[in-house]
Amino acid sequence: MTWIAHNLWLVPLMPLLAAGLSAFAQRKHRLFAASVAISSISLSLLMSLIAFAEVLRFGNQNATKQVFNVGWFQVGSEWLKVGWVLDPLTAVMLVMVTVVCLLIFVYGVGYMARDDNFARFFCFLSLFAGAMLGLVIANSLLLFFICWEIVGLTSYLLIGFWYQKPSAAAAAKKAFITTRIGDLAFLLGMVWLYSQAGTLLFYNNGAGCLEQTALIKLMTHTTAFGMAASTGIALLIFCGAIGKSGQVPLHVWLPDAMEGPTPVSALIHAATMVAAGVFLIARVYPLMSGHAGLDLSPASAPALKVVTWIGAITAVFAASIAVAQDDIKRILAYSTVSQLGYMMLGLGVGGVAVGMFHLITHAFFKSLLFMGAGSVIHGCHEEHNIRRMGGLRKLMPITFATYAVGMLALCGFPLLFSGFWSKDAILHSASIWSESRVPFYLAAFGVLLTAFYMTRQVIYVFFGESHRFEKPAPPPHESPAVMTLPLIILAGFSMLLGLIGTPAWQWFSAFLNGQQVRFDLRGFAESGVLAVMLSSTILFLIGLGIGWLLYGKKPAARSAAPDAVEQFTPHIFNLLRNGWFVDAFYGATVVRFTTWFSVLCDWLDRWVFNGAVQLISSLTLGASWLSRSTDVFVVNRFFDQSCQEVALSGRLLSRVQGGRVQSYLRIIAIAFAGFVLFLIWGRHG
Amino acid sequence: MTVPVNYLLISAVIFAIGLAGALVRRNAILVLIGIELMLNAANLNFIAFWRYGPNPEALTGVMFALFSIGVAAAEAAVGLALIITVYRHFHTTDLDRIDSMRG
Repeated sequence: MTWIAHNLWLVPLMPLLAAGLSAFAQRKHRLFAASVAISSISLSLLMSLIAFAEVLRFGNQNATKQVFNVGWFQVGSEWLKVGWVLDPLTAVMLVMVTVVCLLIFVYGVGYMARDDNFARFFCFLSLFAGAMLGLVIANSLLLFFICWEIVGLTSYLLIGFWYQKPSAAAAAKKAFITTRIGDLAFLLGMVWLYSQAGTLLFYNNGAGCLEQTALIKLMTHTTAFGMAASTGIALLIFCGAIGKSGQVPLHVWLPDAMEGPTPVSALIHAATMVAAGVFLIARVYPLMSGHAGLDLSPASAPALKVVTWIGAITAVFAASIAVAQDDIKRILAYSTVSQLGYMMLGLGVGGVAVGMFHLITHAFFKSLLFMGAGSVIHGCHEEHNIRRMGGLRKLMPITFATYAVGMLALCGFPLLFSGFWSKDAILHSASIWSESRVPFYLAAFGVLLTAFYMTRQVIYVFFGESHRFEKPAPPPHESPAVMTLPLIILAGFSMLLGLIGTPAWQWFSAFLNGQQVRFDLRGFAESGVLAVMLSSTILFLIGLGIGWLLYGKKPAARSAAPDAVEQFTPHIFNLLRNGWFVDAFYGATVVRFTTWFSVLCDWLDRWVFNGAVQLISSLTLGASWLSRSTDVFVVNRFFDQSCQEVALSGRLLSRVQGGRVQSYLRIIAIAFAGFVLFLIWGRHG
Repeated sequence: MTVPVNYLLISAVIFAIGLAGALVRRNAILVLIGIELMLNAANLNFIAFWRYGPNPEALTGVMFALFSIGVAAAEAAVGLALIITVYRHFHTTDLDRIDSMRG
């Protein structure tokens, strides 16, 4: 157990501390918030690099995992344990996340320079970075889930960062609720896993839930429909990944999430958080495949088939929608969904190394593209519509050059760019998948679509004539160095990173699996490798060519002019523009049902339950009114009456007691006279 | 044996004068005089009913009258003393203004 493995928890702690510190910062403490965030993530990056070096040193031995578990709290007689794991998967994710975070933090300083809530922005970003790093090192599904939820929370907070905009507030809500659907399934899977395996630790010296003993138990235990328990759990956990990684059918939140600030889109909704779903599948891969390794098992597991199909469908589905979008960030968002589909497909057909390789390369070129888009938006004074841009090539040369690198990496331009190698690994694995060839065809079609929509976007934005004259505004300008420098660094990564996973030198997969690697050009000669490369290159060129023909040859004269594809097939274009009407479909079914159900609940509450409560309260009121009136009108009246009469008689009698001697005498005299008269008449009568 | 009406009439007139004085006069001393008159009217009746009654030999009527005169003297002494005390206290002998025993 080395120092870094022992203290790996410091990596997420740094940004969390920074978040805590800047939470106390006031609005005016801009420099403080930014410097705390950037220095903390730099420290994390430093430690991640140490961890990476440590794994490299250990990689040549058999012990590729260093696990550190601590008891958290006691439930009955059992300790609930959490912990962290240092293995190649963790190390590579740590480095990727910290590098991208650092660059985007720096970029954010420039992008958010004029925002009032600068300190809050960096507080949320740091919280996100801490949670994401915690998720990466987690050795317990519970800890993973906790970080996963914090990440979801920061995503919500940052999408709704400009909460004054109703669309941003709605998008934040949508993202939170949609991912919650998947998370519910994830939670169920977690509970099921705990009840079956008795532990949520991934690795625990043979007693973890991803190790041989537990896996065999899970595999042999059959549940409903003759399904192994491991398959059921894996599918439930995959539901969580579907929500988080924007796979069909829960992809609807991700394009709307672009309402957030662009650094957020780049960091959270392109590079890291949405990839957490993919990382989750990679982490619990033994559960998915049913054996304790990161390779594909010989007999393809049912859970992985589901992953493959969902991934392949998402890849093509989202790419087709991206063809017809006008918002520069929405195109990239659909592209992200599509690429996440590729990653899932890679995990399904080719194992962890294939999917993770694309995750890493994608993180770099997609954050590059988003930051380029942010630079464009910033330069064009918050303009999002690509049709109103145009001709930015000369005005923003650095942004154009780096954007072009990102675009070529995304489309898979042969040999030079990282996306080519990672996508090719996926395509190659798909082409030799034993179950079906359909995912391969879907993915290949996706390559064509990707090339096409990226060409369309780049031509609209950077080529042709500027359409800005239609709306009076200051001319576009290049962004400051604090924004362009991260772009240049990311462009470098986007080009070079592919070299670690070429068929001739498969360092990345060997690294993840803890094997030795050597340079061997015969890797290209393996069956189908060259054919797949050639076909994907051809598809890329076809997509590029169609894009150039439709958009490059005769640029649209006006921004309001119909799109070239729209002229060609208006119906399909409309279908794609509205995202296959998935949102409308959900609005008409799920949302409408929920609304209807809420109206019903409201009605029940208002009229039935409230009515009962009202009835009881009215009855009580009536009873108390009755007793009050009895008291007032019967008891009090009677009592008052007698009192009054006693007082009256007292008053009357007191009048006799006049205090005058002669009045007494008079009475005596009258009484005497009366007595005498009585005696006289009484004797005679 | 009947009593001559003259005695009874004079006695009744004196009693009526005394009663009227006692009831009507405001001055306490005159009220006291009225009371003395009524007592003397009663004494006259005693003497008349004794002298013309069935047993003139027994001196019962004179005894009554003498006792009554003695009691009246004592009463007058006490009454005058009371009046003097009342006068010292209230600075008046007007009976209408002495009403502190009012209920």
